[in-house]
Amino acid sequence: MQWITAIIKPFKLDEVREALAEAGVHGMTVTEVKGFGRQHGHTELYRGAEYVVDFLPKLKIELAVSDEQLEHAIEAITRAARTGKVGDGKVFVHPLEQAIRIRTQEMDDDAL
Amino acid sequence: MTRSNRMFAAVALALLPFAAFAQATPVPKLDSGDTAWMLTASMLVLMMTIPGAALFYGGMVRAKNLLSVMMQCFAVTALITVLWIVYGYSVAFSTEGMHAGVTGWHSIVGGLDHAMLAGMTPDSLYQTVPESVYVMFQLTFAIITPVLIVGAYAERMRFAAMLWFSALWFTLVYLPIAHMVWSGPGSLLGDMGVLDFAGGTVVHINAGIAGLVACLVIGKRRGWPHTHMPPHNLGYTVIGASLLWLGWFGFNAGSAVAANGSAGMAMLVTQIATAAAAIGWTSVEWIVHKRASVLGIASGAVAGLVAVTPAAGTCGPGGALLIGFVAGSACFFTATRLKFRLGYDDTLDVFGVHAIGGIVGALLTGPFAAASLGGFGHVTSAWGQLWIQAKGVGFTIVWSAVLSLAILKLLERTLGLRVDAEQEQMGLDLAEHEERAYDLQR
Repeated sequence: MQWITAIIKPFKLDEVREALAEAGVHGMTVTEVKGFGRQHGHTELYRGAEYVVDFLPKLKIELAVSDEQLEHAIEAITRAARTGKVGDGKVFVHPLEQAIRIRTQEMDDDAL
Repeated sequence: MTRSNRMFAAVALALLPFAAFAQATPVPKLDSGDTAWMLTASMLVLMMTIPGAALFYGGMVRAKNLLSVMMQCFAVTALITVLWIVYGYSVAFSTEGMHAGVTGWHSIVGGLDHAMLAGMTPDSLYQTVPESVYVMFQLTFAIITPVLIVGAYAERMRFAAMLWFSALWFTLVYLPIAHMVWSGPGSLLGDMGVLDFAGGTVVHINAGIAGLVACLVIGKRRGWPHTHMPPHNLGYTVIGASLLWLGWFGFNAGSAVAANGSAGMAMLVTQIATAAAAIGWTSVEWIVHKRASVLGIASGAVAGLVAVTPAAGTCGPGGALLIGFVAGSACFFTATRLKFRLGYDDTLDVFGVHAIGGIVGALLTGPFAAASLGGFGHVTSAWGQLWIQAKGVGFTIVWSAVLSLAILKLLERTLGLRVDAEQEQMGLDLAEHEERAYDLQR
């Protein structure tokens, strides 16, 4: 099992969700986050007081997939979230040791 | 006494009844049209404070201080109302012991003969309107003036200290200046011939200077100017500025105390100067900052409203255009350049907009009252009137600065003016009122 953390542009969420559904992934957690990478922030100016805003709003998607699903899931995210401009985001993959469905006590791949 | 005095200066004085309260000869008669308009105008001016100024200011502070600013506007409205009835109206508008051309104690403050509105009945008249309506109309001016100062010390002043400051400032600064300008023959600045139709000196320079003194005495907010302190909801600010713009017709056109040609002209020049100042601020900003901002155009409009206030009864349309444009540009430079160069943390630019806009307006009221410059002020010399206006401006600046400083120093040593560092970080909404404006998580 693998744990995928993807940082994407907020307006790309629906496309990513649909692409993941086509790849057979039917669950995820979405969080509104702020951060920066290579994309520069912007400046704001209020009555002469200038602020540089470094942290930009992004969405963090987290999902657990079986080893067989991993390639399809990564392909779905990178295809759907891509605009070709700086700031499209990143995908991180980490190994996942265990998964349990609370209601039924099913384990690992059965719990996904 | 009469607000018309300020329009027609000495020429009209002899024609008008002398006493504000008494029913002297010739017996004035109630005019229902004038009364209907003054009832309406009083409500419009109250609307400028709540919710106008509360929203205008509230949108510019950080989310954690929104309620504190709105609370300050609302609480001052209630506090000043009570003080106005008990002694304020009498100290500002009693004409007891006043004689044209004679300077004495009552040229500076009115007597207490009308404390608790003594002697007022439903039949009492002020000119052609019920005295009760005039008491209410003038009350709304007394309310908004200390409320304007809220913007200078916002986000750091203790609520209790704010209430004491407002009460003392109203008593020692507002009431005497209102009396000296508006109480009629025998008033100090009125007799000098200072023109102030609706409160350029009494309201705006007065409050703007007090704001500068207040922000200097209380000190900068922690982290200013290096920490991000952007406005939290400029939508509120635009709504507030719009309500101020609308309500200001009550302020300026209402200052004719009649539904007549003077009121109509005051309304028109108010609209002209406000639009010119909004365009003035925005144009300069566009050139200097390469952007036209929402906060900028709203601020510019308020600067224009401030500047045309003293001139509204005496300037013509051309004068209003120029007054507005100059005020919009001058206030832009004060709020966006001078403040940062001098390093005073006037949170919402009370000095930058009200003092500077007020001074520009009060000075330009002089020349633009002259017929040669399209005015209707019956002044003999444009430059002579400019000098008289300058004396009125200078007097108001000194009076407001000295007494505001004394009040603030007294409160600093007794109550303490500021919340502590932890409370300031937490925000005044929670620290002072144990409430918060936004609770979007639940």
